Amino acid sequence: MTSTPKISIPPSAEAVAPGETGEAPQARSAADSRILIESSDVSLFYGPSQALKRISIDIRERLVTAFIGPSGCGKSTFLRCFNRMNDLIDHVRVQGRIQIGGHDIYSGDVDVIELRKRVGMVFQKSNPFPKSIFENIAYGLRLHGMRNGPELQGVVEQSLRGAALWDEVKDRLHSSALGLSGGQQQRLCIARAIAIRPQILLMDEPASALDPIATAKIEELILELKKEFTIVIVTHNMQQAARISDLTAFFYLGELIEYDVTTKIFTNPGKKQTEDYVTGRFG
Amino acid sequence: MTSGTTHPLENADPWAGIRRGQQRRPVEWLVERAIHAISLSAIVGVFLIFIFVAREALPIVLGRATSASATQVIPLEGLDTRSPAEIQKYLGLTPEQFAALDRDAKVDLMNLKLETAKGASKDRDAAVNTLEWRYLLLPYQWSGYDKPEMIWQPVSSIHKYNIIPLLIGTLKATIVALLFAVPLSLAAAIYVSQLSSPRLKEWLKPGIELLAGIPSVVLGFFGLLIMASFLQEVFGYESRLNAFVAGIALGFAIIPVTFSIAEDALTSVPGSYVHGALALGSTRWQAAWRIVLPAAIPGVFAAVVLGFGRAVGETMVVLMASGNASIVSASLFDSTRTITATIAAELAETVFGEHHYRMLFLLGALLFGVTFLSNLVAESFIHRLKKQLEGKA
Repeated sequence: MTSTPKISIPPSAEAVAPGETGEAPQARSAADSRILIESSDVSLFYGPSQALKRISIDIRERLVTAFIGPSGCGKSTFLRCFNRMNDLIDHVRVQGRIQIGGHDIYSGDVDVIELRKRVGMVFQKSNPFPKSIFENIAYGLRLHGMRNGPELQGVVEQSLRGAALWDEVKDRLHSSALGLSGGQQQRLCIARAIAIRPQILLMDEPASALDPIATAKIEELILELKKEFTIVIVTHNMQQAARISDLTAFFYLGELIEYDVTTKIFTNPGKKQTEDYVTGRFG
Repeated sequence: MTSGTTHPLENADPWAGIRRGQQRRPVEWLVERAIHAISLSAIVGVFLIFIFVAREALPIVLGRATSASATQVIPLEGLDTRSPAEIQKYLGLTPEQFAALDRDAKVDLMNLKLETAKGASKDRDAAVNTLEWRYLLLPYQWSGYDKPEMIWQPVSSIHKYNIIPLLIGTLKATIVALLFAVPLSLAAAIYVSQLSSPRLKEWLKPGIELLAGIPSVVLGFFGLLIMASFLQEVFGYESRLNAFVAGIALGFAIIPVTFSIAEDALTSVPGSYVHGALALGSTRWQAAWRIVLPAAIPGVFAAVVLGFGRAVGETMVVLMASGNASIVSASLFDSTRTITATIAAELAETVFGEHHYRMLFLLGALLFGVTFLSNLVAESFIHRLKKQLEGKA
């Protein structure tokens, strides 16, 4: 197999002149932003079968990067490489190199715990712990050494505010998180993830189980969170990718087909496969 | 669009037969009823067993039974002077039995009564009905003793039926068993369900559950011969068979029960909780201890309660390894005797319908009541916990 050339932001992104409609700020920020995650030739095997094929991609800081593609194309699997959640599955083998902030995260001297503290994750199905709303957030904080007290309470409140949930739950912080609605639960999971101040937030189809209103809230939230966090989001919903992401990567059958500024992917994709997918001809 | 072949399930009129009414399905109906009856019979069975046990013990509960050997004696002439009802009661017979006896038999019985009265009357306690509640539960200074004591001594001239020594014995053995078995089985359950590799789990789980297959008499034998000597050597206590040995042996009997149920409870906690915790930077252990265990607490609690029930009710192990001395003592290293062992050891020697026999049934009913109550309390507690966890309370 020949090595796939590394896809980075193509010159077209930088070439967009400022003042050229709404795309401009998006494109400009994509070019200006530093590279935070650098993946080169990443392949992943489940036992004998190869799920990811030599994927090279650069994820940029404080932007929203969307992974799109049909089911089973490996986008979620790839996302889980960034916080090494794939380690939990037996017989998984990762080849290639992923550098986050300049550190090879698959190197032998990496503490996975410290990695996951810096690379937070929100799952497809909201999974608040069967504890109170407060305890859900406090769990991660205590895990990383915070003691009970006003400081802890302050961070809990700040995180809930950050996830646009505070006003809805401030009067029932100590009732069970499982009593919240689906959208609230998902925002709680986001609050839980941002409470420990990660650098990167991985989101695996965070809104796919939610109704349109709850989805809209999550999307609004993502745009807000992008100011502080680097966000990588896997989504099936192409409108969602178009609405919230700065950069979009299209995966197909374990390969990265195209990676570019979102507006370009959706309006003027470089590859036929991408065009077919985003226009709904397959997938 | 249409092909020539017709689908086997397709009709000319697609709605044909939709209003033919609910079809009878006799076999399904029958099976359903049968299963229904079987499940009901289980409940009825438990109820009937309790009724039977309680019925045998009822005279004691109602204060109608007496164990006093020295009662007011009616001399032989009384047979003619007293009323038949009085004689019948004096001889302890039912009216039918009394009517069936001829005069000679009655005279024999009267003489027998006199004989026994002569033999027993020397003891001042002979006139005491030891089946009254205060003798069953409170200390009493028996003749020949220098202080009030609680004594279970059913086979003696004065039948002493204080159940406190047996309760203490049961409690001691059970507590030792729980203290030994619960931490071990919970730790094993956490390890097997959360930490071990799937390969190891395939061996560990059936392995531990295999312990349940050991007959309790074998466990008792093991406790009696091997563990008793070993533990005595290690701890250096005096009496070889005691509550401690019995409790440890009993622990082996309940480990598979608590382990199995706790493991199931822990395994049934959704993996998404674990993933959520790990993604926040928990170690596997932190996720197991702080997230999975609290989430599984209702099931874990149920496991402990079932272990308690098994420990209270287990007979053979304690019968063999406890030393069987009904001593009131706080020390775990004194021989002890449990309720179950008492019933098993003594029931075969009692006279049917006599007070000792009834006393053992009272113990049985007590045992039943304790386990039933503990299960009931646990069940409601578990129910509340579950609701809390699900966010409904």
